[in-house]
Amino acid sequence: MTKRYLDYLDQLEAEAIHIMREVAGQFEKPALLFSGGKDSITLVRLAEKAFRPGKFPFPLVHIDTGHNFPEAIRYRDELAERLGEKLIVRNVEDTIKRKSLSEPKGRYASRNALQTHTLLETIEEFGFDACIGGARRDEEKARAKERIFSVRDEFGQWDPKRQRPELWNIYNGRVHKGENVRVFPISNWTELDVWNYIKREEIELPNIYYTHERECLVRDGKLMAWSDFIFQEPDDVVVKKQVRFRTVGDMTCTAAVESIAHDIDGVIAEILESKISERGATRIDDKLSETAMEDRKKGGYF
Amino acid sequence: MDILRFITAGNVDDGKSTLIGRLLYDTKQIFADQLEAIESSGRLNEDGQVDLSLLTDGLKAEREQGITIDVAYKYFSTEKRKFIIADAPGHIQYTRNMVTGASNSNLSIILVDARKGVQEQTRRHSIISSLLGIPHLVICINKMDLVGYEEQVYNQIVEDYKQFAKKLRAKEITFIPVSALKGDNIVEGSELTMPWYKGPSLLEHLEQVPVSQDFNLEDARFPVQYVIRPLTAEHHDYRGYAGKVISGTYKAGDKVTVQPSGQTSTIKSVELGGQVLEEAFAPMSVVLQLEDDVDISRGDMIVKAAENLEVAQEFEAEVCWMHNKALKPGAKLLLRHNSTETRCVVRNIDYKIDINTLDHLEDVDQIQLNDICRVQIKAASPLLLDKYADNRANGGFILVDETSFATVGAGMVAEIEY
Repeated sequence: MTKRYLDYLDQLEAEAIHIMREVAGQFEKPALLFSGGKDSITLVRLAEKAFRPGKFPFPLVHIDTGHNFPEAIRYRDELAERLGEKLIVRNVEDTIKRKSLSEPKGRYASRNALQTHTLLETIEEFGFDACIGGARRDEEKARAKERIFSVRDEFGQWDPKRQRPELWNIYNGRVHKGENVRVFPISNWTELDVWNYIKREEIELPNIYYTHERECLVRDGKLMAWSDFIFQEPDDVVVKKQVRFRTVGDMTCTAAVESIAHDIDGVIAEILESKISERGATRIDDKLSETAMEDRKKGGYF
Repeated sequence: MDILRFITAGNVDDGKSTLIGRLLYDTKQIFADQLEAIESSGRLNEDGQVDLSLLTDGLKAEREQGITIDVAYKYFSTEKRKFIIADAPGHIQYTRNMVTGASNSNLSIILVDARKGVQEQTRRHSIISSLLGIPHLVICINKMDLVGYEEQVYNQIVEDYKQFAKKLRAKEITFIPVSALKGDNIVEGSELTMPWYKGPSLLEHLEQVPVSQDFNLEDARFPVQYVIRPLTAEHHDYRGYAGKVISGTYKAGDKVTVQPSGQTSTIKSVELGGQVLEEAFAPMSVVLQLEDDVDISRGDMIVKAAENLEVAQEFEAEVCWMHNKALKPGAKLLLRHNSTETRCVVRNIDYKIDINTLDHLEDVDQIQLNDICRVQIKAASPLLLDKYADNRANGGFILVDETSFATVGAGMVAEIEY
């Protein structure tokens, strides 16, 4: 008998493609939320595998905070152009003006939270009933419990207690009008799986994922890219560092890491390494904040 | 490198969280920030070490009560395998969560407290694993440190369990004496504490369990999820049937039948992302093109003509009920099987299965949350089903409430009436 063996990346890929096709089959107006980050870039490659030689059965939707890295925006536009797929961009700036929302102020000001308003508006504008996103269960503890088909109420809210049991590879996407489903095809992938897949598929990424020299502000031990959007205090020091970004989102809330990785192999090596060496660097902050929070809780209790 | 999906079910105090914490910790999967968070919480075990159980309980309520409520998925990998853990609660009131986690698992770790031996919950977890068709069971006899690492204690429990296990459907049962707390036989061996044990450590076992054989490569089943029709100048007449090979194998030249219509054709090509493949096998997601222009849409199943398969509307199934509102005979529900959805009626409840003993309880007039019952179902349209015991990938289905759209039941086909 011939040996039929599917590598782990092939298994993860097959699962993600199956999920995307379930979205195409079960929903009338799906969308793929595209941020320009590596996880959503991976989703786009998976969509190509799922639907070529046909077109994607959904547009790419980007909620632009206006504070994104220009490199990521350029990449986004070139990608949509090259693929010949529809790209919808909606700006947080417009929502702020139209709804007269207040812009967050101060040291940690970021439009990241305001994105939700624009997303919900966009869902309403187009009547999207499913939004595919690139979140993974290894990112965070609560995410570890979220379903692949995650039903949201009309306010876009997730209720852990109302989650539907999800068995075998059968996904229940039935919702009432006004409700929608967030779908996470790479739920079972880890950060390292994504990088290994990008390597295998030879996917081009925005160059900020690799080492480059950049002016950064040092804030709470983290390196923030210097830009016009970031809140500056008089005593802030701007330093030049060799950095790369581990995640790419809004410039005001995405920190860089020092890096010498100029290609994928270098990034993978650094991620593997980071479990040991990053401890030293991150430990102090975590300890401070964790103890602080723990103390507050205890203080309130007793 | 492949993937092993396994489930751990457990109650408070049986050491499940410590065991998972130990696997993650000793394989160096714990990130610094997670460990710091635990160390700074000040909770240490009796040896003054970090309480590894705190690594796994995610929701605030779970940490406070020291219990697991929902299924949590965790990931780690070694050079040999990627592992996906479905971490499920063990108490009887969370049976539906364990059933959910078990549905996608190939292996189940069942913890037995060496001081207490085979208990009701040991039997329940084994029975649920067996009903859900998990082929590999690993019985971890835990807390060996508390019984002086005595071989006799271990042997007695193995004997007791084997006696009970005669009624289980599992293909393979492995016993390992461990101490999750001390790390004996979890990642490293136990030459010092249990020189009498010659088998592998838990991790060694998890790394070498043969899982590729768990995919059914005999019965070819391809549920069509979506039809690709580019309608471009280049691909004017292209029609590709997109789906996942849930079992079996497909290649160009295979004679196939499309169910439920019964039309026949031949596979012209097997593709993925526009690239032609030599062969597709479970669990690959691919596109099939056929030689003939047949009418196929989502929900149809492409099978091998030689298998002479028939569709059916009436069948018996084991159903785990997952909703607060009880199920009564005559209930009409939506049934989702692969990419098909149809209405169905639950015609009769034959018996309830006592999940602590596997005994049948007759004269049951309704199914409550967490009950597992044998029922008769009639579907509104014909389905291509397999018995769950023969083909796990095509024998499972879910039941959905017609008005709330909640997933209310999980079913496994037991007998089919043609």
